Amino acid sequence: MSSRLVTEIAGLKLANPTMLAAGILGSSGSFLRRIAEAGAGAVVTKSVGLKPRIGYPNPTVVQVDCGLLNAIGLSSPGIHNFGEEIREAKKGGVPVIVSIYGFSPEDFAEVARMAVEEGADALELNVSCPHVEKTGSEIGQNPRSVAEVVKKVKNKVDKPVFVKLTPNVADIIEVAEAAVKAGADAVTAINTVRAMTVDIETTRPVLANKIGGLSGPAIKPVAVRCVYEIYRRVDVPVVGCGGIATWRDAVEFMLAGASAVQIGTAVAFEGLEVFKSIAEGIEAYLERMGFGSVKEIVGLSHQH
Amino acid sequence: MRIQRIREENPTVKTLIFHDKHCAEAKPGQFVMVWILGVDEVPMSLSSINSDGLSSITVAEVGEATQALHQIKVGDVLGIRGPYGNGFTLVGGKVMIVGGGTGLAPLLPLAKSLRRFSAKISFLAGAKTRDELFFLERIKKAVSKVNVTTEDGSYGLKGLVTDLAEQILEKEEFDMIYACGPEKMMLKMFLLAEQYHTPFQASLERYMRCGIGICGSCCIGEYRICKDGPVFSGRQLRKVKKEFGLFKREADGSKVSF
Repeated sequence: MSSRLVTEIAGLKLANPTMLAAGILGSSGSFLRRIAEAGAGAVVTKSVGLKPRIGYPNPTVVQVDCGLLNAIGLSSPGIHNFGEEIREAKKGGVPVIVSIYGFSPEDFAEVARMAVEEGADALELNVSCPHVEKTGSEIGQNPRSVAEVVKKVKNKVDKPVFVKLTPNVADIIEVAEAAVKAGADAVTAINTVRAMTVDIETTRPVLANKIGGLSGPAIKPVAVRCVYEIYRRVDVPVVGCGGIATWRDAVEFMLAGASAVQIGTAVAFEGLEVFKSIAEGIEAYLERMGFGSVKEIVGLSHQH
Repeated sequence: MRIQRIREENPTVKTLIFHDKHCAEAKPGQFVMVWILGVDEVPMSLSSINSDGLSSITVAEVGEATQALHQIKVGDVLGIRGPYGNGFTLVGGKVMIVGGGTGLAPLLPLAKSLRRFSAKISFLAGAKTRDELFFLERIKKAVSKVNVTTEDGSYGLKGLVTDLAEQILEKEEFDMIYACGPEKMMLKMFLLAEQYHTPFQASLERYMRCGIGICGSCCIGEYRICKDGPVFSGRQLRKVKKEFGLFKREADGSKVSF
């Protein structure tokens, strides 16, 4: 891959703008390494909290038309047991961004401190999980709570802090601005859209938790709109996430304002080669359109 | 999916038979995610695969989900998605199949399929005690050479199935060893296969959620059981020596020893 694809986000240098999205295959350090070796420019771990958490019973993941529905429930071994995974993941040679969650700003700050101690290159604050009470989007729907979490974390660590936003709000810009004002170095948009499915033969909600989050192609236009709106209003990089499966999707997000893109659900349908194929596709596009660097296309749609 | 028939294999093992056109085309070693309504969803190997569309899972009662499966009656409904995973790679020549406990479940359809490759099969089945054995009659119908061991000597030879395998490997050469059973047993068979320079395949099991290679719950080293497995070759297992047979991940992602 050429230098055309090299980019930088909040001080992190990426060989290409594709990243593994949080919550996808990110609980094992060895597997994160494999994803790095498969061509991802950076990897985000599965969200880790302060204490071990089992998550919900199965079914936790259901395939629906144009996407996946999940309510895994923030299962995590806890940051105390996650150090070796971070260290193993770092052997992949790309930035390792540790996604963290907490039930209070203090929780976030403590998990952040330990994650950095274990080698995290950056943190992504999960204030957007749509299916666990007292954390995730319950924090992320309130700009003041988001600001408080970001401030507490920024006071504790000197690594870049990404804030992953929920689309399940009336005004995502307001939350993004609060995060940036509180010191966020980048924002990721978007987490899953709160959703559910009912099995008509048995009349039951399929997910054990009944309600979960929708990812995949179905949410892409929602995510593109969020990136577009946020890009206009904040002066930190925006990372696009939501239904990216091809290089065309990735370019679309970048034109809307994303400096990099996160890929999750597509890993299930396209395999691990998806990172490499998207990066190569972006490169061919840049060449065809006469751009010298991927940075040149970020936000280009705003000219119109 | 409505359960059409139930067979009691022994006091703790039942086979649930259902009709599914996708499963009818499954490969031996592939698995399905079984949704037990209101209880759980768990991965289960297909224990029979028939072109007429009848397939089955064979379940030992070991935990909450399998207890619930044992309560299922003919006509009850289960959710089935799949088949998933890679399944066994079939070879001709002389093969050894080693099954321990409920690991026998996917090995009967394997043995039946191998007959199409005119494979010369030596089947070794092990269990703790006579009551835990199942499928023996059907295995004997499919395979000419079957050896059975029980740890307490209540049926067949007394001892571990891996010890018997070792005795046979000392004398005979094989083109492939297939194994399914407790992971410690599969580790022992892997080490024997390495020692005797014999190609090897084993079907592994882990806590599983999505079944389609995306959640990461079932990782062993750089592999996902659900997508890269559940059947792994000796060459692949060499890459996960630090995990295989030693520890697995729980639902929270933490590691526990076998």
